[in-house]
Amino acid sequence: MLPNRSRKIVEEYEKSLKRPMDENLKSQIGEEETFLTLMKRMVRENKLAVFSAVVILLFIIAAVLAPVISPYGLSEMDLRNRLSPPGAGHLFGTDEAGRDILTRLLYGSRVSLLTGVVPTILSMLLGAVLGVVSGFYGRWIDAVIMRIADITLAFPSMLLAMVIMYILGDGLINVFLTLALVNWASVARIVRSQTLQLKETEYVEAARVIGVPKRKIVFRHLLPNCLPTLIVLFTLNVPSAILTESSLSFLGLGIQPPDASWGLMVNSGRQFLYNAPWLSLVPGIAIMVIVLAFNFLGDGLRDVLDPYQKK
Amino acid sequence: MGSNTLEIRQLNTSFLTQKGEVRAVMDVSLDVPEGKITGIVGESGCGKSVTAKSVMGLVKYPGKVMSGEILLDGRDIRDIPEKEKCALRGSEVSMIFQEPMTSLNPVIRIGKQVEEALLLHKDIPKEQARIRTVEMLESVGISDAGNRMRCYPHQLSGGLRQRVMIAMAMICRPKLLIADEPTTALDVTVEAQILRLMKKLCSGGTSILLISHNLGVIAQICDYVYVMYAGRIVECADTVTLFDHPAHPYTMGLLRAATSLRQDTEILETIPGVVPNLLHLPKGCSFAPRCGSCGDRCRGEMPLMYEAGEEGHMARCFMC
Repeated sequence: MLPNRSRKIVEEYEKSLKRPMDENLKSQIGEEETFLTLMKRMVRENKLAVFSAVVILLFIIAAVLAPVISPYGLSEMDLRNRLSPPGAGHLFGTDEAGRDILTRLLYGSRVSLLTGVVPTILSMLLGAVLGVVSGFYGRWIDAVIMRIADITLAFPSMLLAMVIMYILGDGLINVFLTLALVNWASVARIVRSQTLQLKETEYVEAARVIGVPKRKIVFRHLLPNCLPTLIVLFTLNVPSAILTESSLSFLGLGIQPPDASWGLMVNSGRQFLYNAPWLSLVPGIAIMVIVLAFNFLGDGLRDVLDPYQKK
Repeated sequence: MGSNTLEIRQLNTSFLTQKGEVRAVMDVSLDVPEGKITGIVGESGCGKSVTAKSVMGLVKYPGKVMSGEILLDGRDIRDIPEKEKCALRGSEVSMIFQEPMTSLNPVIRIGKQVEEALLLHKDIPKEQARIRTVEMLESVGISDAGNRMRCYPHQLSGGLRQRVMIAMAMICRPKLLIADEPTTALDVTVEAQILRLMKKLCSGGTSILLISHNLGVIAQICDYVYVMYAGRIVECADTVTLFDHPAHPYTMGLLRAATSLRQDTEILETIPGVVPNLLHLPKGCSFAPRCGSCGDRCRGEMPLMYEAGEEGHMARCFMC
């Protein structure tokens, strides 16, 4: 074979990776599934997921622009209008100190979204790596990692979070670390069980046969196959992290007043539940909406990303 | 005939289960001569695949190679450290599997999977590896290689995937290719193409150990055949002799069951009985309970391999 010809094919191959597939090949093997086409398919097929994505995006925009779009200052008190119901001056009403709920909701979304996303990413990274290593290597490595995970899971998570928060002290960064340390274990367990399944597949064996070292199999062959699961887990863990942060804040271990987070708002409104329900209701609905949005988006993503669920 | 690429001597592989030791491979000795295709035939569970995996050093826990020698080009590779084994796999010995549908990683492009072996074993720049990959894919009969390289496995047909598997296994030009039922999952026309391809590889200098339960496949391309039954080799001969003058009753039974398809009989010929449980093997010859010409001696002791007529034709039976 002429080396020049092969070189040309390689060049074309490399170029072809950067541009869409040519029509001829497309007609033979069907549409290439890039991330973009998968997303397009989701947009076509799952309106609810798209709607959820839009909602999440709006929340993010609102959080970023909080200082610009808030009608009042974060701690600006209107003492004449304490506990006023939703209405013209204060769209969502005011709390017991006469602070505007909408304003606090917008500022609170910064904390709540961050505590939803950042610690979840941390715990997913930790859990995925430990889980895949545990599942693939087995034996004592598995035993050690899983016993640590079991202990983490067996502890009441709130108690564990409190202990860690107590040791680390309060502050946003420490909330992140705490939530990551509390949530990694369930991720590790799920990834491990998936790895146990995947490592028996023939393509792992085939990779072993051509001499791929174990380390590479774990990170290059197994982990990418766990990705669909991880994406779904991510969207499920974000809401739970938001909720845990709320509880921590309530217990005085998370976000400290006068800063706002949704959890803190729900819990501080608790005592006025009968005469001023909007204090808890508004942030409560916000939590519910974002939690649902993440769940729906997760479902939609799983439908298009999971290679084993193709229709 | 040249030297042997692979020599297996007295190989024993067992699975240490809770119910006891299951001896999946017992005292197997075989040779794979250089540049030839050697076949192992036998029914499911007779130890063909375990023999292959023992050679690769990939017997899974609780399986263990208990004793024996595995000589690759005269060098015993049974007890070398895992790191050296990794270096051998893919570059010196390679293997392809039965299921092309599941033997490729669904999330990695074909091109990447094929060039992976090359980048692992050979110290060559990526561009060179790509070029070799294209050449390899074309030499296993994949046209339009440039476009195929960007495909994911699910976009290819079974035959194409098996070709990709072969390309993956062959890209470092190993001395030995173990093919574990490479055509079982493919339809007949594709099977013929793959077999032709394997013959071509063989004439290119690679020795092949072909494992199959399909006598037709064995007859088409093998030079020499080993018949396995219940963990042991029961007969070995060159292909022509084996098909013309089988010496072991088990081989005769297999051939009868296969050839009866072409005859105009209503009833499919079978070998009576079932494969013995490897945990409770009969005392004498493993095949004795199913054998039509079994005598008292067969029930009492295990026969050795005896010469059966022509040179190189051996059978584990008192009758010959």
